Amino acid sequence: MQTTSTIDAPVGSENAAPVNHEAIARAAREKIMGRVLPVAVLLAAVAFWEWAVWYWQIPHYLIPAPSLIAQTLWKDGPSLMVSAWFTVKLTFWSLTLAIIGGVLLGALFALSRTVEMSLFPFAVILQVTPVVAIAPLILIYVDSTFAALLICAWIVAFFPILSGTVIGLRSADHNLRDLFTLYRASPWQRLRFLLAPSALPQFMSALKVAGGLSLIGAVVAEFVAGAAGQNTGLASRIIESSFRSEIPRMFAALVLVSMLGIVIFLLTSWASRRVLGHWHESEIRRES
Amino acid sequence: MKGDPIIRLDRVTKRFGNDTLAVSDMSLTINEGDFISLLGPSGCGKSTALKMIAGLMPVTAGTITIASPAGKTEQDLGFVFQEPTLMPWAKVFDNVFLPLRLAGISRAEATPRVEQALRDVGLSKFAAAYPRELSGGMKMRVSIARAMVTQPRILLMDEPFAALDEMTRTKLNNDVVRLAATHGLTVIFVTHSVFESVYLSTRVVVMAARPGRVAAEMQIQAPWPRDEDWRISPAFSAEAKRVSDTLKGTLDADHIDH
Repeated sequence: MQTTSTIDAPVGSENAAPVNHEAIARAAREKIMGRVLPVAVLLAAVAFWEWAVWYWQIPHYLIPAPSLIAQTLWKDGPSLMVSAWFTVKLTFWSLTLAIIGGVLLGALFALSRTVEMSLFPFAVILQVTPVVAIAPLILIYVDSTFAALLICAWIVAFFPILSGTVIGLRSADHNLRDLFTLYRASPWQRLRFLLAPSALPQFMSALKVAGGLSLIGAVVAEFVAGAAGQNTGLASRIIESSFRSEIPRMFAALVLVSMLGIVIFLLTSWASRRVLGHWHESEIRRES
Repeated sequence: MKGDPIIRLDRVTKRFGNDTLAVSDMSLTINEGDFISLLGPSGCGKSTALKMIAGLMPVTAGTITIASPAGKTEQDLGFVFQEPTLMPWAKVFDNVFLPLRLAGISRAEATPRVEQALRDVGLSKFAAAYPRELSGGMKMRVSIARAMVTQPRILLMDEPFAALDEMTRTKLNNDVVRLAATHGLTVIFVTHSVFESVYLSTRVVVMAARPGRVAAEMQIQAPWPRDEDWRISPAFSAEAKRVSDTLKGTLDADHIDH
């Protein structure tokens, strides 16, 4: 019969619902643009820089061309890499110690109101006093330069982790807390299965902030310490080059510092996605 | 044994810090196998009473006695909150496994029981899903499965379906009656819906506000367990009217007071 043939028509024939080709194409376009656009704009900016330096004949001791910075990076690569490694170590250790200290103290704060009330003022004082102002003192009191720099960078990165951990541990749903009470959870079970997972979103966002701050802390501390000593980081190299008016090398060191910052950002973002991606709103990707 | 007293509240009073009298002089005896609804307006202390029975809130005065069976180490009391109250970071399976895990039971040993609890609420296929992937009604089922996984004799429910749409609510009502009947549960069900209380329970405890207190206890005159026919029967309407009038009476009296 004529009518049944239309009902039996297979999917994809002219009777199927019209597909919104334009929306699909737009989504695909947006996806490609999302990757291509940032790279393209960055390259264009660098190209413009190169062209502008050449066109207006800006001397390299004012603004070096990107090509010259690349050359310097290549030429001074080995010695700059030693400095970069120093800064990487400093940043890594200060962040690691900030995480350990911040989480331990944060857990203690969350568990005991008394401890929090007694120690919180110290944490605030540590946070609000600019590290540049304390650094000279620390450099006087602490023999090892690395240790002194480490303390400075640690002070900067520590507070976000502490406050993120405290707020996170306190943010557990009160009905879930009741549930754990009902089933007579031990303090350890409560921490392991309820408080720690509830704290993760705040902790991960604190980690992103602290990752950037530990680098800033390391750089600021190196600036205060100056160019003294042979074991010096990227920031000391920037100062040293500025004394010698070696502007291209300043830029080269600067490029390395910001690349280090980008790597830290990417790593902490990746970690956050890994940990929260399957359940927390902030990391869930929605399809429209 | 069915019919024996299992929960007894004796002149229970709850006063919050700032002299608010949430529950005043509440006495109530609940027998094993009863399906009790605590019905009343908001602020009548019905949720507070439930939390005190669960031991989640201390009483200010009076006593609550729960007859506990000998030799049972796991929690004998299940609690279902107004919200599903699931752990968003854990899969459905792990959410239901939680009470057993907290009791120190290994995953291997718990697995058949968790699977049974999920089967009972029709969610076997969703063990590996995360709560955010489920609808509101399904989340509530997970919550019920979690409360049932320790095989408790008593199930406390605090307005569990208030936020759900009518059709889902009806379906879950039937499921709760079925679960209670097959497991011989004693249920205390907090609600502000007259129809829900009449549909579900063997006895309705009407509560009044300011201060929260028991205003009336009413036996629902119909065989139990109930099914869909009960909802459309004339007897249901008559019972609903009787409960509704009582509730209105307490509300009016309340109104004159203030």
